[in-house]
Amino acid sequence: MNRKLLLSGRIFLLLFLMLGLILTGCNRGTKTEGEGSGDFEASGTLDTGSQEQLNTAKRIFYSLPSPLETAMLIKNAGARYNEELMNPVSNTSKYITSKSKALNLGIYSTDLSYASLFDQSQATLDYIGAAKEMADGLNILDAIDEETVNQLEEQINNRDAIIDIISETLMNSSSFLKENDLEGTASVVLVGGWVEGLYIATSLVNENELDDNKLVERIVDQKLSLDIMIALLESSPEDQDAQAVLEDVKALKIIFDKITIDQGEVTAVEDPETNVTTLKSESSMKITNRVFTELKTKVIEIRSSYIS
Amino acid sequence: MTKKGILFIFLLACMITLPMAMNAQCKQFAKNTCKAGLDPYQHDGNYHAALLIEGEEAELYKTFYSDREYRIGVCGANNLEKVEFKVVDTRNGKVLYDNSLNDYDWKWDFNLESSQQLKIMVKVPVPEANVDEPEEGCVAIMFGSRDD
Repeated sequence: MNRKLLLSGRIFLLLFLMLGLILTGCNRGTKTEGEGSGDFEASGTLDTGSQEQLNTAKRIFYSLPSPLETAMLIKNAGARYNEELMNPVSNTSKYITSKSKALNLGIYSTDLSYASLFDQSQATLDYIGAAKEMADGLNILDAIDEETVNQLEEQINNRDAIIDIISETLMNSSSFLKENDLEGTASVVLVGGWVEGLYIATSLVNENELDDNKLVERIVDQKLSLDIMIALLESSPEDQDAQAVLEDVKALKIIFDKITIDQGEVTAVEDPETNVTTLKSESSMKITNRVFTELKTKVIEIRSSYIS
Repeated sequence: MTKKGILFIFLLACMITLPMAMNAQCKQFAKNTCKAGLDPYQHDGNYHAALLIEGEEAELYKTFYSDREYRIGVCGANNLEKVEFKVVDTRNGKVLYDNSLNDYDWKWDFNLESSQQLKIMVKVPVPEANVDEPEEGCVAIMFGSRDD
């Protein structure tokens, strides 16, 4: 009897301690303005050795252009709208594997952003549906729910509101994947969106009109993101999809390496009235017609393999 | 079910749900505090946030494009006293911005004459008065942009 009581007491104590730990943990990062420090005493403190390790630890983030940023860059460079360049929504049923769903979530997200920036109402609605299908297929819960689709329908003539909704859905997908240790999948989504942007941009350029062409400058600028993209994919060595996509990116890098970008030193100059800083620097780039055609051909090849 | 079984399930549930709850809170913090502060710049949809402990550092690499105006936002949870960040040219390590020289302002607005790859270096300093009990909180790095 006494032994049973003792055991019950121990279990009760353990449960009580665990409950305390949960409540303490759940409070982290949610303190309101004005609260003092020291709330985390119950979760324990770090010894000197652990603290020293932390002092040398670094989290590394690699940020690629999101599908929305990619579409903005294309439009900002003076591109025109061409629906034929987008991946048809009728293709959604083809994507069965997690890799194809992730790639085409990125691809459809770029197409969605591209359509919405050009005020293409019906295409915007069609492509949010296609992106939702891919997100649902990847079990990304609530990234694009029915409410999001309804909001988009209600705001279909308000471009700023639509862009906000798209930005929100991208953040939901990205945060869900990262929080669930699916960093590799999150990277594949971004690469899909980036390749789609590169495909649209290169398709809109006449190969004989490369000089003084803003869109060509934007395409060449992508060289600056390649090592970030490679580092991002290499940070998920256990993810087979990310490693397969990495080979495509490396193939593109071989071509981008044939493009020359000369950059001078950057100087930061702040405007005291607006508090906006301008990073002043001189830059020049050189891309030959042959290299551009090679790049365009490779992008078509990779993109075709993603959407087929 | 035995008491031991109940206890095991309880412990397992705690191990699974605790990190998820903390990450979800980090996302809400990033969304409500950092993303909201990017206005009138358009958030790009990317999510970069993590729970950092005082003394911990983070780095973020990103390409920024000419002919666009950007806002970088580096936001720390209220329990972290302040968050330092520097923006550095990845080619030579030249510091282009240091928020410790601007009263630890959480945001920086800038534009570029030519596209550049930059590195954002973030540090949660250890307060001198509280070296033995480091705080942990969410730190989010977010970007907004608009046409120049």
